[in-house]
Amino acid sequence: MAEETKPAAPAAPAAKPAAAKPAAGHGATKAPPLAPMTPEMTELQQRFGESVLAPAPYVGLLLSDKSKLVEVATYLRDEMGYDSVTNLTAVDYIKDGYFEVVYHFQRSRGGEPFTLKLRVPRPQGNDLSEPVPSLTSVYAGAEFQEREVYDMFGIPFSNHPDLRRILLWEGFYGWPLRKDWKEAYYEGDTKPFESRWPGGHHQLAEERVPWADNVNYPLGFDPLNFHADPDAGLYDTMAEGVPGLAKRNGNGSTAPQPTGVGAAVSVFDRDRNNLADVDELQTDQIIVNMGPQHPSTHGVLRMVVKLDGETVTDLKLVLGYLHRNHEKIGERNTWLHNIPYTDRLDYICGLANEWGYVLTVEKMMGIKPPERAEYLRVLMAELTRIESHFWAIGFLLNDLGAFYTPALYFITERDLILDLFESVTGSRLMCNYFRFGGVSRDLTEAQLAHAKELAFERIPRKIDELEELLSENEIVKARTVGVGYLPAERSINYSLTGPCLRAAGVPYDIRRVEPYGIYDRFDFEIPVLYGADVYDRYRIRVMEMRQSLKIVQQCLQQMEQTKWGDIQTGKKNYNHRVPAGQAYGRVETPKGELGFYLVSDGGQNAYRYHVRSSSFINLTSLKEMTVGHKVADAVVILGSLDIVLGEVDR
Amino acid sequence: MGLMGTGILKGLGVTLRHFIDTYAEDLKYLLNKSGAQQPRPLRRQSPKNRGLVTVEYPKERLPLPENFRYVPFLVFDTEKQEDKCTSCGICAKVCPPQCIWIVRTEDPVTKRPIPQPKEFYIDTTICMNCGYCAEFCPFDAIKMDHDYELSYYPHEQPHMRLVHDKAVLTKPDTYHASIHPSDWQRELADRAAEEEKKRAAAEAKAKAEAAKAAAPKPAQPAEQS
Ligand code: SF4
Ligand code: SF4
Repeated sequence: MAEETKPAAPAAPAAKPAAAKPAAGHGATKAPPLAPMTPEMTELQQRFGESVLAPAPYVGLLLSDKSKLVEVATYLRDEMGYDSVTNLTAVDYIKDGYFEVVYHFQRSRGGEPFTLKLRVPRPQGNDLSEPVPSLTSVYAGAEFQEREVYDMFGIPFSNHPDLRRILLWEGFYGWPLRKDWKEAYYEGDTKPFESRWPGGHHQLAEERVPWADNVNYPLGFDPLNFHADPDAGLYDTMAEGVPGLAKRNGNGSTAPQPTGVGAAVSVFDRDRNNLADVDELQTDQIIVNMGPQHPSTHGVLRMVVKLDGETVTDLKLVLGYLHRNHEKIGERNTWLHNIPYTDRLDYICGLANEWGYVLTVEKMMGIKPPERAEYLRVLMAELTRIESHFWAIGFLLNDLGAFYTPALYFITERDLILDLFESVTGSRLMCNYFRFGGVSRDLTEAQLAHAKELAFERIPRKIDELEELLSENEIVKARTVGVGYLPAERSINYSLTGPCLRAAGVPYDIRRVEPYGIYDRFDFEIPVLYGADVYDRYRIRVMEMRQSLKIVQQCLQQMEQTKWGDIQTGKKNYNHRVPAGQAYGRVETPKGELGFYLVSDGGQNAYRYHVRSSSFINLTSLKEMTVGHKVADAVVILGSLDIVLGEVDR
Repeated sequence: MGLMGTGILKGLGVTLRHFIDTYAEDLKYLLNKSGAQQPRPLRRQSPKNRGLVTVEYPKERLPLPENFRYVPFLVFDTEKQEDKCTSCGICAKVCPPQCIWIVRTEDPVTKRPIPQPKEFYIDTTICMNCGYCAEFCPFDAIKMDHDYELSYYPHEQPHMRLVHDKAVLTKPDTYHASIHPSDWQRELADRAAEEEKKRAAAEAKAKAEAAKAAAPKPAQPAEQS
């Protein structure tokens, strides 16, 4: 990977001056309002003192002494019931000269998240900032999220077990979400770009911005002799701590050099003298790279597994093959521009993602959609859940070795749902249907008839057939029952969300925990199972499909009382201004909790746009689920998490 | 859990049912005279179909819904023989990946802008088919196309490179009407309403003027006082 990649990150300090619009006075003139105190905030403040914890701007508490962080988090977890860190990110306040690390803690029994912030001074140039204590000892779910903050902002976390870049490759130069970082073909800080109109002669990007003008090499960088070994650190972490393993290419050089991708690439020699009498079957410890091009990884994901014979003893993930810096793009975009981009996060369920984003922006703007649009939103989101679960179950069977026949049975119904999406929104997957304060189109009579046919006839029949085909199938059961077990407390600690968490006995669903839209009007249940294994993760999805169907049916009936075509609050507008502020909004997508942390400075663009992606965070727990199982099960366990790489890598 | 193996047998039963359904469905349409006339893609896409759903693309194609969107095109008003676009620039501003480039026409003497685009480009390699341009254009001058098979041989059309210029983008409104019938109806209705409003306004104005002409005298003293 490293050899072909352009060796340095683009980060032009002196690229073209930003197109006229500066990020409208962030953190400058008027002091923003401080967060109103909630009882929880008061409790925490009393415990640690006002000098340590003070209300932060807009929302949450600001921790002034970062050495107290672990103590505060432990108190939050043990005494106040905030048992997971659901979102962890940072914001670069370049004008004020500090980074703000933002934590959202969540109670698994429900309620709003608790916001905690802390600040570290912004370093010069490309340097790392001061370290922040890692929360991984308190919350396992912080592991990937902290690595992401490190990767994107250059904020190191002390005592983190494995602090390496996560979405970018080791050796990448620069910290892409810092405000002074500029991407290749950088044109301006915010859209719309001035050059398009009224004198916009088209030029291809690579002609417009010569590559050389736009790239920043590290001082003394010599491209001819550059050699990066981005995997060295990775293999190193896997060789550590296993008795009897010797690194093959000993002195100085770290780990064995991989010779290829997608196959068994590196072999650790075992010290046979030590282990001869430990087990009789002489199995070798080997490292196998599964992916990034592998049918079982559901996209371009690389699982590096260490095997003892066939048993997985360690697992590391290499992510970021689909990384496109979605968050930076989101900060360049105007508020409206960004809606179609959210479709491309989890591209199986674009409509659910749009809702999350639109909901958060509406929260900041203080608007609500009209009745009819509320129903349309629920209708589309629940149909999305059904089609996504069809897909997940179909492909879980693929992972089990039942190639495509069962998957295609379910994809048939999924396609009929997509037909509806296409005829309403114009596209099967990239729907771009939600608008701030409404949706873009109403359903015609024919489309409603199609939806009713699906909701009352076809889908119920198909779910029955699905259960008949699978639920009691001996092979399915033999392969899935008890596989990938992760108990409830661990799942919560790993910030796991979505069907996987509910299959572990935790009735946590944003539609109930923090209801949005009009979900409080429908009669439906949050199914819960207690097996916490692959089989229950499959069954919970079937049960959820039935509940979603119930919602869709009620929705179609209740919708008749609303006025046709009343789908937009206010006038149609493309030039939104969102009042300065911060908001964390979230929805329950088929994959879990999808959150958006947005910071506005009152302008046309988001100052900070962060996506809390459930696929990404759910992957944190994959290692613990997989270790001890056979390598073939690793594939199934990954399948049961139902990740989509567009959302993992962003 | 029943007898070992019953689950598998049941599953095989489902597969068998699908196998039979596929032929049963075809047979039904073959025997049914009127059904046989219906093109297969349409039949297969219907939610009532129980058999196979696949069609043999590119020999057969699924019908596209009216709202289907692919890259945009510019509408040419065949009645007035002019571009509908006024080069107002809204589409270039709302375009998320910023792939629309417009050069406004200027009056050669006064340098004042003329509401006609001189050049208009859409870089289709960047266009994300979001449909915002069509949605927010105040003049119904840009619409989403249904032609989803875009490819060019660079040696034959070296200037294209999937960057559509004004000549490629412009299509007559009759084409727009044929692929977007209900949108076209709405446009016609809007236009009729507009005209009606104009006519009414003109009438009212004429009436007011007539009234003024009929009684000019009482108005003047009132003004002076
Ligand atoms: S296509 Fe429409 S929005 Fe775009 S410049 Fe022309 S008139 Fe304006
Ligand atoms: S469809 Fe979207 S991306 Fe394409 S030109 Fe129109 S606004 Fe731009």
